[in-house]
Amino acid sequence: MGLRYLLGRLLGMIPVFFAVVTAIFFLIRFAPGGPFDSERNVPPQILENLNKKYHLDEPLLMQYVHYLNDLAHGDLGPSFKHANRTVNEIIGEAFPVSLELGLISLVWALLIGITAGGLAALKPNTAFDYIPMSISILGICLPTFVIGPFLVLVFGMWLEIAPVSGWDSIGDRILPSLTLGFAFAAYISRLTRGGLMEIRSLDFVRTARAKGLPESLILVKHTLRGGLLPVVSYLGPALAGIIAGALVTETIFSIPGLGRFFIESALNRDYTVVMGTSLLYFTLIFVCNFLVDVTYTILDPRVRHE
Amino acid sequence: MGEVLHVRDYRAYFHTRRGIVKAVDGLNFNLSAGETLGIVGESGSGKSVFLLSLLGLLPKPPLRIESGSAQFGGMDLVTASEDTMRSIRGNKIAMIFQEPMTSLNPYLKIGTQLIEPLMIHRNKTKDEAFKIVKGSLLKVGIGDPDRALNAYPHEFSGGMRQRVMIAMALTTHPEILIADEPTTALDVTVQAQILELLKSIQKETGMAVILVTHDLGVVAGVADRCLVMYAGKLFEQGSVDDIFYRSQHPYTHALLKSTPRLDKALAALPSIAGTAPDLSKLGPGCPFDARCEYVKEECRNSFPTAKRTEEHESFCHLEKLP
Repeated sequence: MGLRYLLGRLLGMIPVFFAVVTAIFFLIRFAPGGPFDSERNVPPQILENLNKKYHLDEPLLMQYVHYLNDLAHGDLGPSFKHANRTVNEIIGEAFPVSLELGLISLVWALLIGITAGGLAALKPNTAFDYIPMSISILGICLPTFVIGPFLVLVFGMWLEIAPVSGWDSIGDRILPSLTLGFAFAAYISRLTRGGLMEIRSLDFVRTARAKGLPESLILVKHTLRGGLLPVVSYLGPALAGIIAGALVTETIFSIPGLGRFFIESALNRDYTVVMGTSLLYFTLIFVCNFLVDVTYTILDPRVRHE
Repeated sequence: MGEVLHVRDYRAYFHTRRGIVKAVDGLNFNLSAGETLGIVGESGSGKSVFLLSLLGLLPKPPLRIESGSAQFGGMDLVTASEDTMRSIRGNKIAMIFQEPMTSLNPYLKIGTQLIEPLMIHRNKTKDEAFKIVKGSLLKVGIGDPDRALNAYPHEFSGGMRQRVMIAMALTTHPEILIADEPTTALDVTVQAQILELLKSIQKETGMAVILVTHDLGVVAGVADRCLVMYAGKLFEQGSVDDIFYRSQHPYTHALLKSTPRLDKALAALPSIAGTAPDLSKLGPGCPFDARCEYVKEECRNSFPTAKRTEEHESFCHLEKLP
């Protein structure tokens, strides 16, 4: 395994990427309406000029070939709605912001989630279990647009210890990342608890006890590895979702992230931005899942041999 | 020979929401150095619960040791602290399990798992431990110890894994080896090899072995003495000859009758009618009453006291088995 397996995975991405490009390209163009439809009537001459400028007057297949050609050169094309801005510029500015917010949130989610879940698994059916697990149910059920304003109210308005909007100072990162990370922390804590509890009931943990190992060593050496596998496999899609799906959080805290462009572009039929953001999302998911697979082979020797 | 374990009136109950489950209810026996004691009984008769609770491997609650003592090396295992128990487990008393396929950690190399008892109980360094462990692997018939140390459990067959478990149990030269149905999950030829291996190691080291099984053939083959358990109670104990040829208990008798034999062709294998009772709903009487063909009125009202002839002990109201 090793290098060959990883290379195979990477090569396998190429046809999938191609299929995704094709699917999104045609789907968004078959959707009713176009980028220049609006309530007020645009004079036909102007519409014609616009269509010409963006090559929308050419046959669909030609547009597709053009797009592929540009894409191969790393050019995602101009935005249809934001005049004079290219999709590369938009993503270049907004993606780093979303990435930073996402990664900080993920650190929160892992720290809080694994600690809470681990504690609950170590002392099941006690307050250490019930309290964090009840909070985690809240975290899963409450939507971001409730948690966000709640945190703003408590820490921003009443206690006045954290800024409530913007994206300039370090302090600006606190509330948005907590808001975004909370639901993920909740989910991770439940996965951690479940995973650890399951492993702790297995025969080989009994063997470890029968050998006279202390509980702390059993936890670290024998339980943690297998117990955290569910968390690891959840992290792939979670990471992609946390980076690209932060629209609500970004809106609440006025953060210039990518989430806005995701939604706006689809509503506006801003074809090139839809393509750009979707392909970014696909790449993110692919990279994250790839990292998860690599981590899996490191953690579980049985996967290595298949 | 010296006595290594001395169990008196051992009772371990599970306290559940559905009531008290008397998993082990009044166990008495002695174990001498170098001897093999077989513990026989159907599934659910309390054999495993007894041994796991003896080593403190069952969570309390729900389990509680209600009464009794288990004298080992000048102390009582029932009242010993968790730290003391930990220093005994895998050191002076080692245990191997029924399921070799799942008893080893799939995420760790066999070597890493094998050296743990030595590092914990003997303060050996990794290198020293690996050297000792290699010897143990050779002793249990694993020809290429270097390869085995670097392998993962899933690369080994069930029989090989059980050999690894035995090697692991032996590294610290325990005084007692508890083998909880060590051959149940293995096929017959491998079973014989493992039992043979246990026997030869015992001869060499002089350790005592407690062998739990529901296979009377295994007991007849390797045990010196035998304990018959049913529904958490001790029904009969004695030498293997006492149990097989001079059994005084209808249950032992029924068990023996329902064991397939090579020397007698039978049209159908007899079995004991009915099923084992619910351990949370036991009355004051003998738990075998509903299935016993010799049941009398007093069997339903009280559990009999022991009838003893030297080492042979039987708990039945019946004067003599017809």
